[in-house]
Amino acid sequence: MKKTFAIGIGGAAGQGVATPGDIFAKIFSRRGLHLNAYNAYQSIIRGGHTFLTIRTGPEKVTNMGDRIDLLIPLNQDAMDRHLRLLTDGAACLYNSDTIKPAVAAEGVALYPLPVSKLADITRNKVAQNTLAVGAGLSMMGIGFQALEQVLTEQFKKKGEGVVTENIGIARAGYNYATANFKPFAWPLPMTANHYAVLSGNTAMAMGGAAAGVKFYCAYPMSPSTGVLHWMAAHARKAGIMVRQVEDEIGVVNMAIGASHAGVRSMCATSGGGFALMSEGLGLSAMMETPVVVIDCQRAGPSTGVPTKTEQGDLWQMLGAAFGDYPRALAAPLDIGDCFKVISEIFNIADRFQCPGIVLCDLLLSEGRLSVDPKDLDFDPVIDRGELITNASSASGANGDGTYKRYKITESGVSPRAIPGVPGHTHTAASDEHDEDGVLISDEFTNPTKRRAMMEKRMRKVAGIAAAVPPPVLWGPPDADVTLIGWGSTKGVIEEACEILTEQGIPANQLQIRWLVPLHGDAILEILKDVRHTFIVENNYSGQFARYLRSETSFVPDGYIRKYDGEPFMPHHIVEAVKEQLSGKTKLSVPAHEILV
Amino acid sequence: MATTLAATNPVAVADLKGKVEPDWCPGCGDFGVLAAVQKALVELQIPNHNVVTISGIGCSSNFPGFINTYGMHTLHGRALAVATGVKLANHDLTVLVTGGDGDGFGIGGNHFVHSMRRNVDLLYIVMDNQIYGLTTGQTSPTSRLGMKTKSMPFGSIEAPVNPISLALAAGATFVGRGFSAEQKHLTELIKQGIQHKGFSFLDVFSPCVTYNHDNTYQWFRPRVRKLEDDTGYDPTDWMAAMGKSLLWDDEIPIGKFFERTDVPTLHGAEPVLDAGPLAHVDMRIPGDVTRSFIEELM
Repeated sequence: MKKTFAIGIGGAAGQGVATPGDIFAKIFSRRGLHLNAYNAYQSIIRGGHTFLTIRTGPEKVTNMGDRIDLLIPLNQDAMDRHLRLLTDGAACLYNSDTIKPAVAAEGVALYPLPVSKLADITRNKVAQNTLAVGAGLSMMGIGFQALEQVLTEQFKKKGEGVVTENIGIARAGYNYATANFKPFAWPLPMTANHYAVLSGNTAMAMGGAAAGVKFYCAYPMSPSTGVLHWMAAHARKAGIMVRQVEDEIGVVNMAIGASHAGVRSMCATSGGGFALMSEGLGLSAMMETPVVVIDCQRAGPSTGVPTKTEQGDLWQMLGAAFGDYPRALAAPLDIGDCFKVISEIFNIADRFQCPGIVLCDLLLSEGRLSVDPKDLDFDPVIDRGELITNASSASGANGDGTYKRYKITESGVSPRAIPGVPGHTHTAASDEHDEDGVLISDEFTNPTKRRAMMEKRMRKVAGIAAAVPPPVLWGPPDADVTLIGWGSTKGVIEEACEILTEQGIPANQLQIRWLVPLHGDAILEILKDVRHTFIVENNYSGQFARYLRSETSFVPDGYIRKYDGEPFMPHHIVEAVKEQLSGKTKLSVPAHEILV
Repeated sequence: MATTLAATNPVAVADLKGKVEPDWCPGCGDFGVLAAVQKALVELQIPNHNVVTISGIGCSSNFPGFINTYGMHTLHGRALAVATGVKLANHDLTVLVTGGDGDGFGIGGNHFVHSMRRNVDLLYIVMDNQIYGLTTGQTSPTSRLGMKTKSMPFGSIEAPVNPISLALAAGATFVGRGFSAEQKHLTELIKQGIQHKGFSFLDVFSPCVTYNHDNTYQWFRPRVRKLEDDTGYDPTDWMAAMGKSLLWDDEIPIGKFFERTDVPTLHGAEPVLDAGPLAHVDMRIPGDVTRSFIEELM
C-alpha cells in the first residue's frame, strides 16, 4: 500500500480554511510530494461548514483516501463532526481557548494550542490558523524554512510588517509543537521532484489556451466558474477574447459565431446552463461549425446541490438537442487529463466539424492535484481539419471552380471556408440544406436531398470512432473482480483495486474516457473473459450502466452507486465489492460517514 | 486583398443576388429591405466576401439565403449572439443581422438588450411587421393592444414593446427607423448604419400582406414623417430622440433618431484585439508566457 498522509481542516466559510490548505499544498509540492485536495463546502459565503482534505505522499495521490492523520478544527462544530472519525495514530490540533475536545478513539492524540498565549489575537484574527499550520509542520518533520518562504510570498504585497508578524506567529506554533507535541511516526519525505498544483478548472482553461482557443465565453455557474476566472485573468497575456455573456444560450451561440469566423472557441457551464445550450449544440452540428462545451457536473436536478459532485448529466449529454447528429463526448479521468483532453477534443471537433463535449464534474473541477509540469504541454498537436482560410488554399476544393460548403463526400466532411475568403460566399443554415447550403426553406428540399444530407453528416460518426482509441483494461488480466467506471472516479477505483488485491481479492479496472464514441465492440471483447463485474458511478440510476447496456447489451454482476453529493472514498468501493461477492445484494449505495 | 479586389471589380447589385429567389409572399415588405441592403452595399462598395449576413428564424430571417454574402441562418432569437462571436473573432468583417420582431424582441429580447449595451459593431435590421408570419399569424411583441390574431382571437391585452425607446434606453449608439416602401430613405439609413462604428439598430416597417390587416402599407403611408425633414431635429440629443420615439398613431417618425460616436465599440475596447483579428493570429502562445502560467502553480 502506498504511504500517504492526510490533513483535514474544518470550519465555517469565512474562517479561512483555504489559506492553510494553500500553504500546506505549496510546501508539499515543493518538497517533491504529490497531493490531492478536495474541499467539501456549501453554497454560502459566510458560515456553514467546510472541510478541506489534503492528502500527500511521495507517489501519485489520486483521491482523498479513507483516513485523516491530522485534524485541524477551526471551530467547535468541526471538532464535533470530525474527531470521532479519527483512528489510531492520528492527531487533532485545536484552539484550546475556544474549542472543547470531543471524545476521541484510542490512539488519537489531542493537542491543545493555547492560542491567546502564543499570539496577539486582537491583532490577528486568523492567528489560530497560522499557529496550527506551524505546529502541524513541526509534527510532520518539515523544517520551518519552507513555511517561512511561503508566508513571505503570501504576505509580500501587504508589507514587511505583515510578513514578520505572520512568520512570528507561525514560528510560535512550530516551536510550541516541537516542545510539547509528539511528532508523527512517519516524517514526510522529500524528493527531487517539483510539481505544479492546479484545479481541474484551471487545467481545462490552460488546456484550452494550449489548444489554441482564442475565444472563451461563459455565464458564471458553479462548479465551472473557475475556468472563466483563469481565462479572464490570463486573457490578455494569452491573446484570448474572454466574454461574460447574459445567459448560456447567448454563450453557446456566441462561441459558435466566433468558431464560424475561424477561431477555436470554448465555453464551460454546469448542468443547468448546459440545458440552455442544448439547442445551440444542434446548431453547431447542422451548420457543421465546431464548438467545444465543458459541462462541470454538480448534483441535480434543477438547481440541485450547487457545491456537490455527481455524475448525473450523462444522459443529458447523450440526448442534448433534438435529432440525430455526430458529436464527441469525453470525460477526463483526472486533473492532469483535464488539460490533455481539451486539445484532443478540439482536434476531433475541428476535423469532423461537430460539437465536442467535455464531461467533467465538481470533484475534478474544484479539486486540486499535483501535476508534473512536463505534462502541461503547451505545444500539443493542433489539427484544424479541412479549413479554408484563404482563397489560394481553396482553389481545388471542389475541382470545378465552384464552392459547395456542404459538398457530399465519402467521409462526410466538407471543406469549410471562413468568412472573408473571396470566392467562397455561402450560407450556413440551421434549416436542412443541400450541398450549396442556400436552401433555407423546406420548399427547396425533398426526401432525396434530406436523406443525402443526413447520411453525409452521420458518416462522420465512423470517422470519429476511428480517430479515438478504444479503452483498455488496467491491472492483472486474470483478476477476480473487474470494476468499471468512467471519468473522475478513475483514481478512487484504482486505489480500491489495490486494496482489494492486497486483501486477497485480485481486482482490475476498466475506466471509460471517451463516452462517444464508446467502442462497444472493444468493451465487449475486454469483458468477455472477466469474472465479477461491478459498475461504479456517482449517480442514482446507473446512467453509464444503462448506456453501456443500450449500446452493447452488457449487464454487470452488480452496481455501486453514490448520489449524496460527496465523492467515493476507496473503502466505500472495497466494502461494496465484498458485500456483493458474498451475495448480499446487487446494488450497493455506500453511506458517506463524513457529515459535511 | 479585399480593397484590391474592390478596386479592380466594382461591386454590382448582380454580385449580391442570392442563388434562389426569395420565397416571401408577393408584396411582402421584406423585398424592399433586401433591395435596400443590396443597394447600400453597392454604394459603399463593400466586397461580398467581407460581409456576413446573420439571421435568426422567421420569414425575414430567410434573408441571408437571398443575398450573396457570407451568411448564417441560425436559431430563433440567437442571431445577435452569433453575430457578436463573429465580429469579435474577425472585426474586419462587416456584420449585418437581419430578422423579425418576434425573433428580436420576443425570443431574442435578452440578447437584443445586451448587444446594445455592449456596443457591438454591427447593423441590426428588424423587419417589423407586428405579427408572426411564418407560424401563420400570431401576436408578436410589437402587435398593438387589441389586435386580433389566431393566438389572441379576442384581441391582445398586452401592451406592445416600443423598439426605439428600448434601444435608446439600452444604449444603442445608432437608432433609426425605416419603412420598406421608402426605398431611398431606407437605403440611406442602412448605409449610415453600416458606417456607424458601434451598434446600429434599424426598426423597419415591413408590412405583412398576408396576416397583418391592421398595419398595412395604406395604414403607414399617411402616418410616417421623416425626421430628416424636420430641420430643428438634432439626432445627437438623446432626450429629444426619446421624446420622438413615443410618437405613434397619427404621426410616426422614421429616420435617424439618434447617433453618438464617442462610445468605444466592444472590439475596440479590448486590447486583446490590438494584434489584429483573432481569426488570423498565431494560435500558439509564446513559450515565455506559457512558462509563466505554469510557474504560477508551483
